[in-house]
Amino acid sequence: MNLLKLVWIELWNKKSQLISSLMAIVIGIGVIVGIRTINVYSEKAVAIKLDNLGANILVLPQAASIDDYYTSDIDAPTIPMEYVERILTSDIKGVDNMSPKLTRRITLDNKKYVLTGIQPKDEIASKPLWQTTGFGKELEASCAPSSDENTSHGYEDEKLKRKAVDTLDYSECLLGFQVAKALNLKEKEILKIQDKEFIVAKLLDETGTVDDDRIFVNLRAAQDIFGIPDQISAIEIMGCCNAISDGLLGRLRNILPDTRITTINQIVSTQIETNKMMNKTSVIFLIIILFVGSISIGNYMWANVNERRKEIGILRMIGTLKSEIYKILLLKAIILGLIGGILGYLLGTISAYYMGPVFAQIQVSAIPIFILWAVLISIGISILGSLLPAYFAAKIEPFSNMQEE
Amino acid sequence: MNIITTQNLSKAYHHKDGVVDAIKNISLSVEKGSFVTITGPSGSGKTTLLLTLAGLIRPTSGSFSFLEKELTHVADSELAHFRRKNVGFIMQSFALIPYLTCIQNVMMPLSLNKVDNAKQKSIAKEVLANVGLENRMNHLPRELSAGQQQRVAIARALINSPSVIFADEPTGNLDPSLSIEILNFLKSINKEKNITIVMVTHSPIAAEYGNVKIHLNNGQISSMINLN
Ligand SMILES: Nc1ncnc2c1ncn2[C@@H]1O[C@H](COP(=O)(O)OP(=O)(O)OP(=O)(O)O)[C@@H](O)[C@H]1O
Ligand SMILES: [Mg+2]
Repeated sequence: MNLLKLVWIELWNKKSQLISSLMAIVIGIGVIVGIRTINVYSEKAVAIKLDNLGANILVLPQAASIDDYYTSDIDAPTIPMEYVERILTSDIKGVDNMSPKLTRRITLDNKKYVLTGIQPKDEIASKPLWQTTGFGKELEASCAPSSDENTSHGYEDEKLKRKAVDTLDYSECLLGFQVAKALNLKEKEILKIQDKEFIVAKLLDETGTVDDDRIFVNLRAAQDIFGIPDQISAIEIMGCCNAISDGLLGRLRNILPDTRITTINQIVSTQIETNKMMNKTSVIFLIIILFVGSISIGNYMWANVNERRKEIGILRMIGTLKSEIYKILLLKAIILGLIGGILGYLLGTISAYYMGPVFAQIQVSAIPIFILWAVLISIGISILGSLLPAYFAAKIEPFSNMQEE
Repeated sequence: MNIITTQNLSKAYHHKDGVVDAIKNISLSVEKGSFVTITGPSGSGKTTLLLTLAGLIRPTSGSFSFLEKELTHVADSELAHFRRKNVGFIMQSFALIPYLTCIQNVMMPLSLNKVDNAKQKSIAKEVLANVGLENRMNHLPRELSAGQQQRVAIARALINSPSVIFADEPTGNLDPSLSIEILNFLKSINKEKNITIVMVTHSPIAAEYGNVKIHLNNGQISSMINLN
């Protein structure tokens, strides 16, 4: 025998009481872990989106919705390719980089995918116009620090950074992770879209975003597939940060009047807002659970101490120190907290796994480090709730026959 | 050698209806190896005296010492250490912990004295065999008869080889033949192990087992017979 074993036997002896006392803590920790888990993945998703865009300004057709930018239906509006030249030939300063894109939904084998036409780097560089305007070079030098800040968006995960596509021939394509899986295609194999054949140049790593369902082809190939030559659905612009605050957006609007020009921050702002709200909610829940959890544990402990006055008296009679009684109660609190934390973590993680896709449209998996936090918070709450009952338990007088009457 | 000595020991309970002087000016000394019985009418202060001698309640005035060591004013923790090392208890209602098995109940005092688990087990088995409960070691108290429960309590009292066992009406809940059995057992450990026994009892038969017989009346010693 030892004190820990004594506590363990005692807890085991009253399982149902134990479970009901833990309910509040388990649910509370579960909610916090659930929200935080979804939140972490949601923030990652924002980071991925931002980095995938690789730009901070979007030029879209006037009638397009933001969602069209990610997945457009076949009749989604477009803008002429000529707009790119319009920007280049203007005297607008502060445009570091530009990439026109055409994005449409397509159906292959009865499954829907997103086809995105992009202009690879080598094609951009080969455009004489872009070279003569000195596009990039000088501006980049002047804006380098701020544009750097823009691309990282405060998220430092290197893996999430979008890799620029250097070359992509007319007859080549890149496949998102899910597409490759669904179509069962490997590199160097052939993907047929309508009557065109594309060699799979590369399979992209899993990103957890809509990019996983995306097929990338050369912009001209995409325009040919959809039969809309010289049309694009968006121009992504990497704008110099200072220039944006100096009214770059307004100047762009002046030369492209029938477009919708927006910044990335505006696009992901709803998700950022949701994340902020989730953060707030989890803090509020933490405060609530701190109260409710410790009151509930305290209540259990209180009842438990009262119910066991006689046993505590017996322990005191045979020479158990007050400090040992205190220890027994705190050990109990720690065990309760441990169980509550682990169960809460499991509950939260499992609910996040199922709720993530429903409420935040993101895939979620377990975040192991949260179990540490869950257990620490839960033990903290449990000890907090047990302090007073433990104090009174230690005050119980040694057993004597008189107490029974 | 005197194991217990008291000087003008008094205990008053403060109750909202007034002060109850449970014991008044008790001065006595008990020699090591004695079998002390305390008798007296109900409410005469027998239990109060026993609990005070055992260091379970504090006297209001006077002093008591154990093996020449003054214990009247020591800290609670020192009293607890004194109990776990030197004292065994046998109570009328057995005072067993209900969710612990016999052997676990018996092991408790050893665990408080930081004896390692294997040793706790072997000693507990031996003592339980001594009281005839080798087949009931993993039973819970409620799965035992009253006599068996009292024998578990005796085993627990014996396990730390105490120098004195305090018993408050140990046979009060037992039928006459079981009572005799328990009393004989107490007598044998008193004789064989030279363990001092202080026993409160209502029963004249039980009182006959003592060699120091204290009779209380109204919180005071009305007679004390020493047969040693
Ligand atoms: N906790 C208490 N508070 C107030 N008075 C008490 C308390 N315990 C005992 N008393 C009083 O002290 C006196 C002595 O009680 P005690 O229990 O020592 O008597 P006793 O001789 O053991 O009686 P019995 O034979 O009935 O067990 C009684 O009058 C009792 O009412
Ligand atoms: Mg009594």
